[in-house]
Amino acid sequence: MAGLVLLLIVVALAVWAIASYNRLVSLRNQVLNGWRQIDVQLKRRHDLIPNLVNAVRGSMDFERDTLTAVMEARSKALTATGPADAAQKEGALTQAVGRLLAIAENYPTLKSNENVRALQEELASTENKVGFARQFYNDIATQFNTAQQVFPTAMFANMFGFKPAELFEIAEAHDRDVPVVDLTRH
Amino acid sequence: MAAFVAFLLILGAGFDSLYIGNFGGVVPIGSLLALGAGSVGAVASYYTGDRAVLLSSGAQPIAEVEASASDADKMKLRQFENVVDEMAIAAGIPRPPVYIVPDPDPNAFATGRGPGHASIAVTRGLLDALDRDELQGVVAHEMSHIRNLDTRVMTIVAALVGAVALLADWARRGMWFGGGARRGGRDDDRDGGGAAGLIFFVVWIVAIILAPLVAQMLAMMVSRRREFLADASGAELTRNPLELARALETIESAVEPTRAIKRGTAHLCIADPLGRRAADGDGGGWSNLFASHPPMEQRIAALKQMAYQFGGH
Repeated sequence: MAGLVLLLIVVALAVWAIASYNRLVSLRNQVLNGWRQIDVQLKRRHDLIPNLVNAVRGSMDFERDTLTAVMEARSKALTATGPADAAQKEGALTQAVGRLLAIAENYPTLKSNENVRALQEELASTENKVGFARQFYNDIATQFNTAQQVFPTAMFANMFGFKPAELFEIAEAHDRDVPVVDLTRH
Repeated sequence: MAAFVAFLLILGAGFDSLYIGNFGGVVPIGSLLALGAGSVGAVASYYTGDRAVLLSSGAQPIAEVEASASDADKMKLRQFENVVDEMAIAAGIPRPPVYIVPDPDPNAFATGRGPGHASIAVTRGLLDALDRDELQGVVAHEMSHIRNLDTRVMTIVAALVGAVALLADWARRGMWFGGGARRGGRDDDRDGGGAAGLIFFVVWIVAIILAPLVAQMLAMMVSRRREFLADASGAELTRNPLELARALETIESAVEPTRAIKRGTAHLCIADPLGRRAADGDGGGWSNLFASHPPMEQRIAALKQMAYQFGGH
């Protein structure tokens, strides 16, 4: 009788251990996928920006500086080396695009142009998607870290080679500043 | 859910003890049969339900609607598609196909048994009434229904309701044919069991009579809790509970029955399609018990609390 109880306990422990391990594996893969999804959205933004700039270039002749700034930031972002560098350059591109979208609000002819409005919507949506991809990555990484660190699982998570995932962070202090948009014509 | 299962087990136990004797021997045949029969119907609807719902509500794929739309309309539809894409990214699920229901009342629903097999539909009225942010809140709510596997939950609940109804039916029929007497089992002569057995019997009879009503009430209670959960999960996706609160306020002020959506899918909609004004207190406490959605005021208050805004509007 005692042998049977012991056997049941061992079986239950084994089942629990397997279930925990599988859950950690599943979460780790979702974290990796989440990280790559951010890249997918960033690439989409790189491809979309030249279209927007060309569409508005005719009407926004006065804003040559802003337009040039956007194209330069995009070129820099394409040649980024390593994740920290990429984060900084993508941040600069986000700021440049944000300025362009805000300034475009100032041009009534642009606002009534269907193509331009469609492209503005696409660009705004792309910025949103990059943001949501980062949000999802942080959410799933937090879930993964929590699953590794709660009490019973914490004891053997390290043994099987699970390491806590890093959350997406803003590296440059100035990315946290509120963007300043200058709407005066120059 | 636990209350529901316990209710079913009590009914089943009583059934087996009275009709099959000795609690059915080793296997509770009565309960198992009822559960099995209830499940078959539920499983069938689980796999084919989403297409049936879309057909019955007259939903059209968004590509078809876009093809015959005016330019301004195309812009709005494109915006809506982008909103769905964004929420699918935030939720980490594959992008579900989008449908438009040609009904002027604002409402939305999600169908399908889980991420990858799901669809989202909104009415024309919803697209016209809400701006981009509010639409995002509504889509986040629907996406959360999919992510939280609410169809699966409600299918299980439907199976339980079916099983309870079946058991109650059999028990009632049994009573007409004099099945109330205990048929002899092997060790039926238990002296101390008399009074307790009688009380159990009386409680069980009452339960049988009220069973279908109670089952439906419990099912609706589950549906209401899942609605609150979908609101909270939606706010987690957008990180902006106030925009969903605003959307709910707009929908509430425009509510008429959404004729296109039939009763069976009420639990997947964002607003009660039967147009119940339970929040006004017109129907009183009883109608609230059978409502598939919590009163709008409570939902809006819960969302505002998430944004640390307590008290009145």
